[in-house]
Amino acid sequence: MTTMTIAKAINEGLRATLDNNPRSLLMGEDIGALGGVYRVTDGLLAEFGADRVVDTPLAESGIIGTAIGLALRGYQPVCEIQFDGFVFPGFNQITTQLAKMHARSNGNLTVPVVVRIPYGGGIGSIEHHSESPEALFAHTAGLRIITPSNAHDAYWMIRQAVECQDPVIFFEPKRRYWLKGEVDTESPGASADPFKAHVLREGTDATVVAYGPLVPVALAAADAAAEDGHSIEVIDLRSISPIDFDTVTASAKKTGRLVVAHEAPTFGGIGGEIAARISERAFLSLEAPVIRVGGFHMPYPVAKVEEDYLPGIDRILEALDRALAY
Amino acid sequence: MGATHLPSTEFDGTAVDDRLEAEAEARLGGPAVPMVQLLAPDGTLGTDPVYSAYADRLDAEQLRGFYADMAKIRRFDVEATALQRQGQLALWVPLTGQEAAQIGSGRASQPQDYIFPTYREHGVALTRNVDLAELLRQFRGVSNGGWNPKDTNFHLYTLVLAAQTPHAVGYAMGIQRDQKLAAAAAAEGTDRPAEPKAAVMVYFGDGASSEGDVHESMVFASSYDAPVVFFCQNNHWAISVPSSVQTRIPLSNRAKGYGFPGIRVDGNDVIAVHAVTEWALERAREGHGPVLIEAFTYRVGAHTTADDPTKYRESSEETLWRAKDPLDRLEKYLRAQGLADDAFFAQVKADGDELATYVRKTTHDLETPDIRTAFANTYVEAHPLVAEELAWFEEYSAGFTDEAHAGGPGSAGTQDDEAATGVAR
Repeated sequence: MTTMTIAKAINEGLRATLDNNPRSLLMGEDIGALGGVYRVTDGLLAEFGADRVVDTPLAESGIIGTAIGLALRGYQPVCEIQFDGFVFPGFNQITTQLAKMHARSNGNLTVPVVVRIPYGGGIGSIEHHSESPEALFAHTAGLRIITPSNAHDAYWMIRQAVECQDPVIFFEPKRRYWLKGEVDTESPGASADPFKAHVLREGTDATVVAYGPLVPVALAAADAAAEDGHSIEVIDLRSISPIDFDTVTASAKKTGRLVVAHEAPTFGGIGGEIAARISERAFLSLEAPVIRVGGFHMPYPVAKVEEDYLPGIDRILEALDRALAY
Repeated sequence: MGATHLPSTEFDGTAVDDRLEAEAEARLGGPAVPMVQLLAPDGTLGTDPVYSAYADRLDAEQLRGFYADMAKIRRFDVEATALQRQGQLALWVPLTGQEAAQIGSGRASQPQDYIFPTYREHGVALTRNVDLAELLRQFRGVSNGGWNPKDTNFHLYTLVLAAQTPHAVGYAMGIQRDQKLAAAAAAEGTDRPAEPKAAVMVYFGDGASSEGDVHESMVFASSYDAPVVFFCQNNHWAISVPSSVQTRIPLSNRAKGYGFPGIRVDGNDVIAVHAVTEWALERAREGHGPVLIEAFTYRVGAHTTADDPTKYRESSEETLWRAKDPLDRLEKYLRAQGLADDAFFAQVKADGDELATYVRKTTHDLETPDIRTAFANTYVEAHPLVAEELAWFEEYSAGFTDEAHAGGPGSAGTQDDEAATGVAR
């Protein structure tokens, strides 16, 4: 076990990947000498050289598009998109090409590309640097979408993303990059399957489902609720597509109450999909409607008011109060 | 024509202004900038200081082959258009007029090269030995692909304009890395047979040249000296919009801005197209980076069978270009040189008719796929949502197998019965 930040854990995961898999390579803007704007690729250029840690032109469609070509030639590219709000010039390549290549080739071609995207707010940044666009990708069949919430998962999930033969969008919770945790680089342990949700805290009165940056918030909310005598179960979803509905359903049936929290706007978000599925799967076990906690239906607001936008402990507690009041 | 065809990557400030050239071109109805041409519309073979050497490599058999290929693909085009008119295909994208651009460039590629077409490259497909009936799968609505690109190194058609151009550059970047890995393995004494040097060729049109992906691809290709040939068929029309809306300078001149050679070639001259493409591919294979080829040609027919060119262009323009027909000029040359006789042309026609018969029959026989294959091919690895939806579909479908509901899902009157079958989710 080693203690490291999430950023360092991804760095170590990428290092292990480059070490073990000669067909893997990293591509992105400023990922070489600088080590990326968040230093996630720090030191990798010096270790693996410019053919495997590629500073690209500043062109997201070009990054994803050339990664697809490299994958068609048998490589496993890991692309870094600098910030969530800058993925959209590459959105066409991701949704019309990357996601569909296997299907439209009748299974003859595979494009195991990983797209790393730092996402989410809470860092006081300027426009386009704090968004949570995961639902836009989740709606596209052919993609897998995962997001770690802790260092151990970060280390293993990035490695698993590269090994996966399907394209994977890897959302990194940027405000948690410096969150430290224990990492077992010898064994993934319970994190062997990146598409499985984890019950992080067991409870009996209600369940909170969260992922990425809101997982620590959900755990803190559960702590606060415990002081009021409520036993809250917390699930780290980990995979946004596919969603591990078996784990969520089992928990919802047990507690009878479900709150889903994410930073992305609630309308059309992942929370809505979970609410719909759980109402089908656990209808007779539910004591309350599934309640969503998320961002508002507005462009991500300016940094000085983002605290009012982002779901925090109190917003989750308010939702739990509503669920428990039924 | 002179040494001007040897492209310079330096911007030449003394050259005639690009835009003036484009305007002159519009007035003249033909190219005003230097264009590589070897075989003139009257069937006479000219010379070029660079490319004649490539033309000289061609023997009579290859020249006859060019003609046979062009005639075959034109006959195929006629047949596919007819199949669409008869309701056997949902859509057809005709290539007539562009045979020389496609056969000439395709025949210049080698088996180890990898080709990324757009969606009109039926002639290139022929040169890559793609079964032409397979090619119709997409247009019949039974596949979004139709052939396995690994068999022919001819990628699937891409319908999102220019989206394939960065794929080509990435593939070329992969070839570069493969060569380095192979060199490293050789240095270590690994006993591995050397693979032939390869390059990538990517097709797009004058319309697609406006897409950002073309720009980004050329930036990437130039930055990394990727072994890729950008083959632009300027057929003058992007559905109804003329190429003057896409560019105010000759497209080949854009290469200057990226720092690699750009060549305009007479796209109706199969010998020149072949020579220029051979030169560019050899250059790329040898590690000298990308080339842009602009094949100056014309889409004689409609954009697709859903189009009506009479709404946006004069028929006189088509007449003008028919006089530059790629097949006619090669036939004149072959006859004048005594390289082909009536028997040859009769055989070509018979072969075309045979192909048409084969394509017609095979199209009718193309099997409609089962939607289960779509479930199976969405992901490579097992996926719980796909599995769940497939299981539901199987159960739902099974509800139609009893006598009361024979006909399967989608048959008339089944919706009201859904609850009665007991399989509603």
